[in-house]
Amino acid sequence: MKKLILAVAASILMSASAYAEVIKIGVVGPFSGPFAIQGKNFKAGIDAYIATHGDKVGENTIEILYRDVPQADPAQAKALAQELVVKEGVQYLAGFYFTPDAMAVTPLLKQANVPMVIMNAATSAIVTKSPLVVRTSFTTWQTSAPMAKIARERGVEKAITVVSDYGPGVDAENAFKTTFEKEGGKVVESIRMPLSTNDFSPVMQRVRNSGAQAVFAFLPSGPTTLGFVKAYNENGLKQAGIQFLAPGDLTQESDLPAIGDAGLGILTTFHYSLAHNSPENKAFVAAAQKAIGNPAELSFPSVGAYDGMYVISKMIEATGGKQDAQKAVDAVKGLTWESPRGPVSIDPETRHITQNIYLREVSKGADGVYFNKEIKTFEKQPDPGLAAAK
Amino acid sequence: MQTFFSIGVDALAYGMILFVISIGLSVTMGLMRVINLAHGAFAMIGGYIASYAARDLGLGYGLAIVIAVLGTIIIAVPLERFLYRRIYGAPELTQVLMTIGITFCVIGLANYVFGPTLKTIPLPAGLQGPVDIGFRTIAAHKLFAIGCGVVVALGLWYLIERTSFGVKLRASVDNTAMAAALGVRTKIVYAASFALAVGLAAFGGVIGAELLPVEPYYALRYMVTFLVVVSVGGAGSIPGALIACLLLGAIDTTGRYLVPEYGEFFFYLAVIAIVWVFPRGLMGRAK
Repeated sequence: MKKLILAVAASILMSASAYAEVIKIGVVGPFSGPFAIQGKNFKAGIDAYIATHGDKVGENTIEILYRDVPQADPAQAKALAQELVVKEGVQYLAGFYFTPDAMAVTPLLKQANVPMVIMNAATSAIVTKSPLVVRTSFTTWQTSAPMAKIARERGVEKAITVVSDYGPGVDAENAFKTTFEKEGGKVVESIRMPLSTNDFSPVMQRVRNSGAQAVFAFLPSGPTTLGFVKAYNENGLKQAGIQFLAPGDLTQESDLPAIGDAGLGILTTFHYSLAHNSPENKAFVAAAQKAIGNPAELSFPSVGAYDGMYVISKMIEATGGKQDAQKAVDAVKGLTWESPRGPVSIDPETRHITQNIYLREVSKGADGVYFNKEIKTFEKQPDPGLAAAK
Repeated sequence: MQTFFSIGVDALAYGMILFVISIGLSVTMGLMRVINLAHGAFAMIGGYIASYAARDLGLGYGLAIVIAVLGTIIIAVPLERFLYRRIYGAPELTQVLMTIGITFCVIGLANYVFGPTLKTIPLPAGLQGPVDIGFRTIAAHKLFAIGCGVVVALGLWYLIERTSFGVKLRASVDNTAMAAALGVRTKIVYAASFALAVGLAAFGGVIGAELLPVEPYYALRYMVTFLVVVSVGGAGSIPGALIACLLLGAIDTTGRYLVPEYGEFFFYLAVIAIVWVFPRGLMGRAK
């Protein structure tokens, strides 16, 4: 009997002293399929974080579990998130490239007692769906609105918007139009193109006929942007002096080599350029390029993932590795740090990241590599999208 | 009036690029009766080879096209010998399953070998930039694509309708056993026409790369459009495919210009209407 009590006591003691746990983080993103490169960037950002900070937070070891949702698929995203929570016992959910996927998972968070750190999905409203959502990427409103101010500063009176006809495209159109008209400009026409458009010549003809001095465009990053930029040049819009304005999705670094000289001089506003000049960014880019293998594939989702990992590590510190979603989220409200993209903070109200938005110009370096050169900074931009939706 | 011409030129260019890529599929589906869902994959392979030859090896554009077409045929011939030959005359479902499987394998391999980024095929100076054609400017490579479309259409029509190879091909398709009994080496005829179809896919993949950029999902992304062209034109008919491409190109381009918010509504509405009136396509042959 004595022996038994001893054994029980010993086992309790041992389990208490060996409290250092493995904390699992489930990352949902597109790791195969047409958007595989963005998923690779998630992974590169996370690997870069672990390579530079180690896989331990305090006593606890973090373990990353990846789940693949190749295209926007809310049902699959939800099923995989459920599996991660129930079967794998993850304490944190992260990743999420597409808005619908993130939206589908938010109803699970409260019951699962799991915070969600969004590393990309860029629609303003996601953070309102659950108090357990924190976002470390950007919103389309946040990156598009400053462009309207730039256009006005450069003396553009009449502009035309051309966007792909889906959620983020409409967001970009609204953000630009609202801000541009508030600044006293006029949007003469708003064109929404089907997502599957391959031939942009007809659109460019319409832009030309509209008499606008600048065209504001939004397309999802990837194959279509190449055709769009080429059509802009080939239909003589560049020669006609019609300015090309867009958020940085159109000139993401991994697409620049393909766009080539056709892209030189395009102005974009965005939260992150790989060429951002800071020691933090140099260290990050070196680590992330090593993680992704081919340096030419590195692009903006990596920095969202890297900062997401930083936020999660702060959450783990605050909760001491115990599962307490609300405490974890509360701990990072108002958190301020120096990200590779510049100084950032988590807005305590919206749990969205407040950050600098940069005006960039596509340039060619001495080594022949194309990059986004930052030429102007809009400091500490919150997300104007939520206020506009109210 | 200017708008009309402006749309017309764009429509012609888009239609011709569709034609060059899709006509190979029309040959395999109409003449060889194989539903080849891997057709887009072959066009993509052509694009990758041309990109590698022109960009990484620094060869000329013309040479890159030749290497791409020959290279794709060299890759396709063993596939024909060991995989496609088994499914000639097999039920449609078998054909669809096998060729879609090939497509996914090619996508995976392309992603692994070349990576998920876009690949461009550098154009020669003569095809770069805009050309002024009086009332507007048009990209020089689009004029080149229109020319290629015309040449391919005439060449194929001559080959199938006017040469002894064309006679043998049509005979083998209509009645393999009888053609073989009359001394036609049907297996070789099939292999040659398969190579022809694949070569055309590769050619189209290269000259259409400015509009349909080369990346691993090319193989699936545009496959629906190619299939639509074949079903509207009537499988196996060259004039049919040509008319279908020009018609669909015109509808698509006009829709995009005038009412982009309707998306591809008018494109598919036209497809439904045509297939409803002509179940075998515009110029399809009754079986």
